[in-house]
Amino acid sequence: MNITLKVWRQKNADAPGALVEYNVAGVVPEMSFLEMLDALNERLVAEGQDPVAFDSDCREGICGMCDLVIDGQAHGPDKEATTCQLHMRRYRDGDVVTVEPFRAKAFPIVKDLCVDRSAFDRVQAAGGFVSINTGNAVDGNAILIPHDEAEKAMDAAACIGCGACVAACPNASAMLFVAAKVSQYALLPQGRPEREKRVLAMREAMDQEGFGHCTNEYECEAACPKGIKVSNIARLNREYLRAALTSD
Amino acid sequence: MKLESKVPSGPIEKSWDKHRFDLKLVNPANKRKFKVLVVGTGLAGSSAAASCAELGYQVESFCIQDSPRRAHSIAAQGGINAAKNYPNDGDSVWRLFYDTIKGGDFRAREANVYRLAQVSNAIIDQCVAQGVPFAREYGGTLSNRSFGGAQVSRTFYARGQTGQQLLLGAYSALMRQVGAGAVKLHARSEMLDLVVVDGAARGVITRDLVTGRIERHWGDAVLLCTGGYGNVFYLSTNAGACNVTATWRAHKRGAAFANPCYTQIHPTCVPVAGDHQSKLTLMSESLRNDGRVWVPKKKGDARKPQDIPEDERDYYLERKYPAFGNLVPRDIASRAAKQMADDGRGVGKTGLSVYLDFKDAIARIGLDKVKEKYGNLFDMYRHITDENPYEQPMRIYPAVHYTMGGLWVDYNLMTTIPGLFCLGEANFSDHGANRLGASALMQGLADGYFVLPYTLGGYLAGAKLPKVTADHAAFAQAENDVVMRTRALLGTGGKKAPAAFHRDLGRVMWDNVGMGRNAKGLREALSKIPEIRDAFWKGVSVVGDAADFNQTLERAGRVADFLEFGELLAKDALAREESCGGHFREEHQTPDGEAKRDDEKFAHVAAWEYNGEGKEPTRHVEPLTFDNVHIAQRNYA
Repeated sequence: MNITLKVWRQKNADAPGALVEYNVAGVVPEMSFLEMLDALNERLVAEGQDPVAFDSDCREGICGMCDLVIDGQAHGPDKEATTCQLHMRRYRDGDVVTVEPFRAKAFPIVKDLCVDRSAFDRVQAAGGFVSINTGNAVDGNAILIPHDEAEKAMDAAACIGCGACVAACPNASAMLFVAAKVSQYALLPQGRPEREKRVLAMREAMDQEGFGHCTNEYECEAACPKGIKVSNIARLNREYLRAALTSD
Repeated sequence: MKLESKVPSGPIEKSWDKHRFDLKLVNPANKRKFKVLVVGTGLAGSSAAASCAELGYQVESFCIQDSPRRAHSIAAQGGINAAKNYPNDGDSVWRLFYDTIKGGDFRAREANVYRLAQVSNAIIDQCVAQGVPFAREYGGTLSNRSFGGAQVSRTFYARGQTGQQLLLGAYSALMRQVGAGAVKLHARSEMLDLVVVDGAARGVITRDLVTGRIERHWGDAVLLCTGGYGNVFYLSTNAGACNVTATWRAHKRGAAFANPCYTQIHPTCVPVAGDHQSKLTLMSESLRNDGRVWVPKKKGDARKPQDIPEDERDYYLERKYPAFGNLVPRDIASRAAKQMADDGRGVGKTGLSVYLDFKDAIARIGLDKVKEKYGNLFDMYRHITDENPYEQPMRIYPAVHYTMGGLWVDYNLMTTIPGLFCLGEANFSDHGANRLGASALMQGLADGYFVLPYTLGGYLAGAKLPKVTADHAAFAQAENDVVMRTRALLGTGGKKAPAAFHRDLGRVMWDNVGMGRNAKGLREALSKIPEIRDAFWKGVSVVGDAADFNQTLERAGRVADFLEFGELLAKDALAREESCGGHFREEHQTPDGEAKRDDEKFAHVAAWEYNGEGKEPTRHVEPLTFDNVHIAQRNYA
């Protein structure tokens, strides 16, 4: 197959960017989308041209590093898949595909398709943890957790922190990301001692980072490669309300 | 160079307790005067950084990804072992110790492995307390499943994402310390050299991957938690950024590199689809609990798997190893698959795969239960192959997955350079010649949570370290070395991408230093690797600037190190004239094709000392003694 790519090129956060067209020949259906970009880059480097910068690492949908907007969709057209899990069998010979970075005020562009998502780390540092030092734990079975509760917590904990929810949201809100973490801990007894403190701190950190508000667009859920549900946002709101009403 | 294992004397059950008591302590008020540099944020790095910060040390943490949460531990699927014996099926610390020693084919240090088994239970407790959502029974207790190389159910898991959940637990502990100001985090930052002052590790030189700035960082101890070197094979289950650079640079500064030839080829991976392939994807070994491995009995049988009747299928693992069946250790399962392919009974377009079938499991426990246990793995398989494993068997084949070799460390996890510690997959210590499933997560967290925090104190309390900061001449020298090297990479004027050289190297490594090794093939590798290396330094194309975000430059630096390291790996494989675990020398096998060890000559660790560019490295030996387990040929039949 021959594929025409329109790729966002931008030297750094301050430079202007633009879409640049590339033709990639010899694309086979078994290739992943990122392997197609690898092929393009290998050619560009051999020709002495600056290759397209993009992030990826595990290439199996779990590390959360890859982050492209493909034809307007965060992580591309496949449902519940990361960019690295998208394969070229999705495309036909002659297709024109537009590739852009995740766009959000809180995710400044590093170069081309790479963005800085360290805002997520800072939100996590504000309260996304259980305060327990190494060595303090009781026996694992001393904390009984009903099977279904553990499964629900796991559903929320499956978040890979890729930021697709932010990229897909018209307000660039990080509510789904924050909700997933808050939910995981709110559903588990281990998280309860810091329940109020956590939700207040993470919400505040989120606002400080410049993420937008939630207006119930549900775009985040549609884009999430791990199928995290917006019902977590409802839980986050309940947790927030509860904390706001009961805090000093 | 002298290899002192520092294993405590006395009965093995007491050695860790005794050692902990013997270690000197750093008084709480003095801990904040010491600075610890932790390179890597996987299970070992995150847990060590968080635990050291909790103790009061100043900690700086470095990772090459955009966030510490992306380290490759995240991709571990199946589970983590512990000797809890919750299922009441006869497990114990002693049995976990024994299984791990035997699984490693009697090439690991007894005392280290015993300690690993001993602290395994505390790891589960710690992770539960952090809010890791392990699988639970209806009564609320923790669930267990079985894994290869064991006849008890001792593996704790969180669906097929155990590594992710454990790493996010360690990451949350790390970020808590970052938030508290106790850890300074450097993301997108790559260690390019180690700084040694008066024989002790005192700092690192890093490159800020966004700005390209070369930075000096000083400390009182350096912890390398930088993972394995599986990507020397180009194709592996490792993430793209996994590399040998940090440990290799430390090796060139004086740290012995032990057993580089011990590489693990994992039996259950998605087979190679074509030349474009950038990585191979693992399908967790836990699948072998319920999936049955088979090939057609007839050579070249081209029928669809569904059309092959039961009596024309060869469930070869169940046939050859009735006691362990589909749950034999990884090295054995991998070689058996290769034998089937070599025998012309492999399946799929290339003939380089075997079936992993869930038909019987679905009939036995139901589709819903199979989905709950393995759902995400099945989805992952479907994404890659476009085949539905609920309806037809998966196709799997072995791929490079884990590396048991690494920097040599003593019982304190310290390398041959004082003050340089090495944790997790990056060190060589606990898995011998073959790692059992669900033991990598255990080891990474054991090192970081429960071993290093003690042994680090022992070192710092005893070492009389002069005050050294980043303006010391050794920093200037190391920085200059890094700058010169970067300049050389940018200035060849070549026309071939670093990835292309990496692929060339990988082909040689897989063909000659892969699942089956022999002297002729290894010698061939030893002549080809330097040729590729020469071609690389003459003809690599690195576009762009050093002082910029430059992924080609990053890749080139890592490939350059693999091109040096690959040679040492082959050299080690050639010197080890025996088969053990993942190291299979075709000259040394039993009549039925099993690995044949030579305990008389090779019951030792081989630790290589670097002697300078173009000079032969020295192979040092640390003898292994087995006082607590009976050393015997492994038998899983």
